[in-house]
Amino acid sequence: MSPLNEEQAQQYWRRNLALMVKLLVIWFVVSYGCGILLVDVLNQISIGGYKLGFWFAQQGSIYVFVALIFYYAKKMAALDREFGVDEDE
Amino acid sequence: MDLRTLTYIVVGLSFALYIGIAFWARAGSTKDFYVAGGGIHPIQNGMATAADWMSAASFISMAGLIAFMGYGGSVFLMGWTGGFVILAMLLAPYLRKYGKFTVPEFIGDRFYSKSARAVAVICLIICSVTYVIGQMKGVGVAFSRFLEVDYDTGLYVGMVIVFFYAVLGGMKGITYTQIAQYCVLILAYTIPAIFISLQLTGNPLPQLGLGSTMVGTDTYLLDKLDQVVMDLGFAEYTTSARLSTLNMFAYTMSLMIGTAGLPHVIIRFFTVPKVKDARSSAGWALVFIAVLYTTAPAVAGMARLNLMQTIEPAPGQYLAYEERPQWFKNWETTGLLAFEDKNSDGLIQYTSNAETNEMVKIDNDIMVLANPEIARLPNWVIALVAAGGLAAALSTAAGLLLAISSAISHDLLKGMLTPNISEKTELTASRIAMACAIVGAGYLGLNPPGFAAGTVALAFGLAASSIFPALMMGIFSKTVSKEGAIAGMVAGIGVTLFYVFQHKGIMFIPGTAFLGDTPENWFLGIEPNAFGVVGAIVNFAVALGVSRVTAQPPETVRELVEHIRVPVGAAAAQDH
Repeated sequence: MSPLNEEQAQQYWRRNLALMVKLLVIWFVVSYGCGILLVDVLNQISIGGYKLGFWFAQQGSIYVFVALIFYYAKKMAALDREFGVDEDE
Repeated sequence: MDLRTLTYIVVGLSFALYIGIAFWARAGSTKDFYVAGGGIHPIQNGMATAADWMSAASFISMAGLIAFMGYGGSVFLMGWTGGFVILAMLLAPYLRKYGKFTVPEFIGDRFYSKSARAVAVICLIICSVTYVIGQMKGVGVAFSRFLEVDYDTGLYVGMVIVFFYAVLGGMKGITYTQIAQYCVLILAYTIPAIFISLQLTGNPLPQLGLGSTMVGTDTYLLDKLDQVVMDLGFAEYTTSARLSTLNMFAYTMSLMIGTAGLPHVIIRFFTVPKVKDARSSAGWALVFIAVLYTTAPAVAGMARLNLMQTIEPAPGQYLAYEERPQWFKNWETTGLLAFEDKNSDGLIQYTSNAETNEMVKIDNDIMVLANPEIARLPNWVIALVAAGGLAAALSTAAGLLLAISSAISHDLLKGMLTPNISEKTELTASRIAMACAIVGAGYLGLNPPGFAAGTVALAFGLAASSIFPALMMGIFSKTVSKEGAIAGMVAGIGVTLFYVFQHKGIMFIPGTAFLGDTPENWFLGIEPNAFGVVGAIVNFAVALGVSRVTAQPPETVRELVEHIRVPVGAAAAQDH
């Protein structure tokens, strides 16, 4: 049985959703934004031998994806503790 | 020692290792068999997921596809990694909290209907079987090179090995074996890449090498590559998109949500102890995957450059066929590389013009397998690549076959047809189901519908249009009804299959495509492999629409949804 009352459970879920939306916006911008929709614009810029749009599509988006998941896991672990629903005790 | 002996030794040692692990960790109970007892550490699970995930298509085909598609190949890189973000946030933690064995089991309970569960089983089998065909092809290709036999014989040998290996394993055996397979495949992939990056750019990190200058010059490697391919009339490497921007968008999205919806990936997250582990484990999985996925574009670019410069060392100076290198001869015997001297001058002319091009066949798949030979790396590296390709194909095949067999034995037999069978009978049934699946996949591998990555991409479209939307609505909505979910899944997968069949042939049988497979006939210019996202939209729309006019789900379903959204209690649910 969940130790949260209905209101707390709703609040926990809303905070989770807000975090998800924020991170999914970044997820969308680095891949679909920088890697596909804006690729021609970003290709005007070069870092080393990489055109920037090409770099986002073949390298950068993947690094950001990894960071996003670990950030989410860390933030959610903190949220679990705040609401007393973590499984560590 | 000659290459063949060395390859036998390296591949033989890797097989001995997997089989040893499979014996040591074989399944004793259905819980062991389906979810490895539920006690796998998140980092271990991440590594196993990476091996499970990275198939023959990732290891063998992907760099080859990118090598010939250039920037357009990015759809695979982003699509096959971005899905883990969705998985980590939107699916894995809640499904882990639910704490059952299979994906159809969740769909059946959430949509309070055995019919929904049965539809989910059918969708799962269609996706997984489509996917397994690509793995069988990968096994065939790797074996045919390694044993120097033709493709069919290679496939039979592969089937026998997979058969022995998957039936013995179960999830527990598979998990620990996959950890070993990850180590083999990642070494096999990165070592040649490091060597080649050093040779061409002097930078040991392929990820940086691709953006560096060529050794002894001020020319950037990518600029050189752009110039070489354009001289022969091909599209510029770094900017050549895959058809249209819309198609790239749809393709990437289909692969991403397909990744999140593929049952053999999702069930890996049932093996960790806690909800929090499911989140971090997805992150670890992506770290281990990213090692290969950020190396692949470097392998692609460098292999393409090496190939072009071998055939045409300087503009207008062609390689004589009689002087072709040993790797060229090796790959000609497999039929994956073919030369036809159209102007009978004894020289190899490779151009984008089909009339005069004399390299009549360069299979995408050989770019990774032949790469170390083209770069003249030592024989042990070549032997290691053979072992790596086999590890990738075997680990994914095992994961897929587990998803298929658990759907049949746990969902169909135990869940629906014969609920009273004992655990021991269920375990035997799942092994028999697995054996049948291998034979079916082997048959389809012998009559392959298209190249490995093409078939694999289709599996993603099917998962994207059927299972992914059902799971999303199961977690994020309390109002979607059983009628809605069933209609949605049927409509989603139906639309996607219909679109693929009308362009590629019914069941891929040549000549049965009633609309030609040409871009003019494609809906909004979206190619069949990228159509999963449209199927997913149809699925969501139909499910939400039907749910509005049918009865609300019962109160128990609302409680179930609230239950899975909060982590506490996951440990108790584990022992159901």
